[in-house]
Amino acid sequence: MTYIAKPKLHHPALQQNAVGFTRRDYEGKISTLCAGCGHDSISAAIVQACWEMNIEPHRVAKLSGIGCSSKTPDYFLGPSHGFNTVHGRMPSALTGANLANRDLLYLGVSGDGDSASIGLGQFAHAMRRGVNMVYLLENNGVYGLTKGQFSATADKGSASKKGVANNDAPIDTVSLALIMGATFVGRSFSGDKHQLVPLIKAAINHHGAAFIDIVSPCVAFNNHPGSTKSYDYVREHNEAVNRIDFIEGRSEITAEYAPGSTVDIQQHDGSWLRLRKVHPDYDPTDKVAAMNQIQMHQARGEVVTGLLYFEPNAQDMHENLNTVETPFNQLGEAELCPGAAQLAKLNASMR
Amino acid sequence: MTQLSAINDFVIKFANINGSGSASANELFAKSILRMGVPVSPRNIFPSNIQGLPTWYEVRVNEQGWLGRRGGVDMMVAMNPQTWDADVKEIEPGGYLFYDNSKPMPASKFRDDINVIGMPLTQLCNATYTDPRQRQLFKNIIYIGALSVLLDMDPEAISQLIAEQYKGKEKLLAPNLNALKLGRDYATEHLQPIGLRVRRADNVGDRIFVDGNSAAALGAVYGGASVCAWYPITPSSSVAEAFQRYCAKFRVDPETKRNRYAIVQAEDELASIGMVIGAGWNGARAFTATSGPGVSLMQEFIGLAYFAEIPMTIINVQRGGPSTGMPTRTQQADVLSCAYASHGDTKHVLLFPEDPHECFDHAAVALDLADRLQTPVFLMTDLDIGMNQRLTAPFVWDDSRRYDRGKVMTAEMLEEGREFGRYLDVDGDGIPYRTYPGTHPSKGSYFTRGTTKNAYAVYSEQGPDYVYNVQRLLRKFETAKNLVPQPVLAEASKATRFGVIYYGSTSPAMSEAFANLEAAGTHVDTLRVRAFPFSDAVAEFIASHEHVFVVEQNRDGQLRTLLINELGVDPTRVIPLLHFDGTPITARFITREIQELTRALDAQTLRQDKVA
Repeated sequence: MTYIAKPKLHHPALQQNAVGFTRRDYEGKISTLCAGCGHDSISAAIVQACWEMNIEPHRVAKLSGIGCSSKTPDYFLGPSHGFNTVHGRMPSALTGANLANRDLLYLGVSGDGDSASIGLGQFAHAMRRGVNMVYLLENNGVYGLTKGQFSATADKGSASKKGVANNDAPIDTVSLALIMGATFVGRSFSGDKHQLVPLIKAAINHHGAAFIDIVSPCVAFNNHPGSTKSYDYVREHNEAVNRIDFIEGRSEITAEYAPGSTVDIQQHDGSWLRLRKVHPDYDPTDKVAAMNQIQMHQARGEVVTGLLYFEPNAQDMHENLNTVETPFNQLGEAELCPGAAQLAKLNASMR
Repeated sequence: MTQLSAINDFVIKFANINGSGSASANELFAKSILRMGVPVSPRNIFPSNIQGLPTWYEVRVNEQGWLGRRGGVDMMVAMNPQTWDADVKEIEPGGYLFYDNSKPMPASKFRDDINVIGMPLTQLCNATYTDPRQRQLFKNIIYIGALSVLLDMDPEAISQLIAEQYKGKEKLLAPNLNALKLGRDYATEHLQPIGLRVRRADNVGDRIFVDGNSAAALGAVYGGASVCAWYPITPSSSVAEAFQRYCAKFRVDPETKRNRYAIVQAEDELASIGMVIGAGWNGARAFTATSGPGVSLMQEFIGLAYFAEIPMTIINVQRGGPSTGMPTRTQQADVLSCAYASHGDTKHVLLFPEDPHECFDHAAVALDLADRLQTPVFLMTDLDIGMNQRLTAPFVWDDSRRYDRGKVMTAEMLEEGREFGRYLDVDGDGIPYRTYPGTHPSKGSYFTRGTTKNAYAVYSEQGPDYVYNVQRLLRKFETAKNLVPQPVLAEASKATRFGVIYYGSTSPAMSEAFANLEAAGTHVDTLRVRAFPFSDAVAEFIASHEHVFVVEQNRDGQLRTLLINELGVDPTRVIPLLHFDGTPITARFITREIQELTRALDAQTLRQDKVA
């Protein structure tokens, strides 16, 4: 697969979105990951979300760390700039990129080795800074590129492909994100695009630090009985707390649901999120309750998915820093340099 | 009893306790002398501590304008009982000891060969003030008052400075002026005149008095840096703090009151450099300020920035040693670790400013060079320059100057059909074009990664692609040679076979040593290296001298190693001359060493001639 060039020709009848792009325009290079890898489904979900949301592909910056997951930004959104940084440090590079140009959409792609081990600190600090980004953690509980070592998200008692049990407690990334101040926290499953695509869309639309943990099975090293990150295990234990309908713009929500079964939340830009409740008492805007619910589901051995927490009126890093609207990379001498006359005054004050 | 006698040429050292408010009083003393037209160079010698440990402030008064540390103390203002013995010992014979004699001290605590001046500072304070903090703070001003009488300083200059300092805080002005008067009155009435004197001169000119960290921060403001990410570490923290101060003054949009800058105090140096790289990648000018241990933590990212060719500026305010090493002492000991920072075959651009004036210039230049060369640029200052106020040439900015953003391909250029290969050497200078993210809907995007790529930034593990890129990086480094600040040559009055190479904060001591050596008939040509990669002039200088002394403030002769390694110099011809105890190098040290070395080399030549 790796050596086959992807043909650029598009079928003339391919459907275009509102900004004139076909879905193919949102694709990237051919994936070099294993056939059946959950990560490829996530890339496909990103493509679908961006195309449907009419995002111009070149107005996206995609950054990643190191690992299988971090290779994927090459496999979606070809017309976007991508940056494969160093292991565990995507959050800092993305934070800096975001400071330089607040007008782009930032997708940060990471894995569980990247975010839960070597880069745990950077993950936590990006959340607490409110970096306006979509942080996608492609979580398979295993180090794929180095061939099958446990990662820090592997559940205690789960077994490796060779049958060795993991003795260490797992790092629960969604709870951590919540505690660290993420204003949008979700979890999904790479095998459930009906849940994943709307969740990504809602995260893209969120104005602040949006984190999605996506359980994404590793077919090569972590898809066996005894694994808690396999396709079979996740399908059996997936417990969605809600389903999202993402409604763009300010249009009215027309779909009809039984009274009391949905919650509509208006977002910072006026658009609406409709949550179809699966668990009637789950309120994703109540942080403390959400924390309790997550712990409760997980204690029962469930993989709790859905939009777990959401702060509709979040503030992002740029607001905290009170920066100008114009992206920094467009500021020139006139805006940045105080000039010779000011310097003469400064010199005088230093005598 | 002999009395040291000197006008406008002496060293006075204040021994204080950290946190006692002495710093601002001592600065007042130094600036008052400057206002009298007499150059001074003060140095803080301070502990890694906020309150309680000893701290010193050493002021060299020198009408000729030598700003290096002289060594030796002519007058000690001994305000710290903890360090009394060592402080008294340090005074030159015939020198002066000024102390608080509120409590009697045994005769054994003094020396026979120094002049002792006692003043009941504590008693005076206790009699005048009731608040304990006031007693402590005004004690400092009272001793400044007394010293101003002893040294015949102009009281008007001091009052004027106090007035400037408390402008807008008039409530504090009168008590300070009163304390000053209290000290002056007591000294006039009770103390004998001494042999040290400050006499009004006109040798300060238009020079300014500023520390290198503030200067570098201001240079970053003028140079257009909009993103600063940093992690606190002595002695560099005041760079970011000064950047914040200057940005608040100059970088707030007057209409919207919003900031044209962002400063992030990161969780560690790995994150601070990551942010700087992210911002540089995305087209903003970004820098970090750190010291040696911080640079160590940044190594992996520095390698990525080198190979991925991302502009960024690292201000390294060098200090002595690791973690709890000598964080509050100065050294030039990160030359090699920065020149070759990170894994793989890497080489980095280093700039070596000599004083605050060059800290300002080089900070702005570094931002231009980083963009032009698309690479990390290190500004290598040190604690001696960074954290001490220094008399320096005023800052200069030409309003017609434009930022050099380097080779950035725009949407228009892409639209015209210009070929874009992110790592393609189109001009033969090793520097490729880059695009900012978001430039064009269908052209000019690329995927940034380490070395697994071809000239078009497409994933490749092919050997020839790797070789093409890293060879091009060498060509780029060659290009850098002529873009960086060039070395400064000073020739001896007579032709000589001896040369001296030095850099950075060694500069003021070296200039003075050069004059001393000339006066003593020892002739050496000197070359001040201002950057790495070394320009051809450096190799030529070494080639044209039989023996070249390389003066450095580190143990291993790091610049010497770099010269040998990069220029293929015969190691026997470059002789290390090293000072590395954490105190700033002195002219006395350099002069003595060079005299001994040249004498020995002359004797050797003589012997060889006889044998021949």
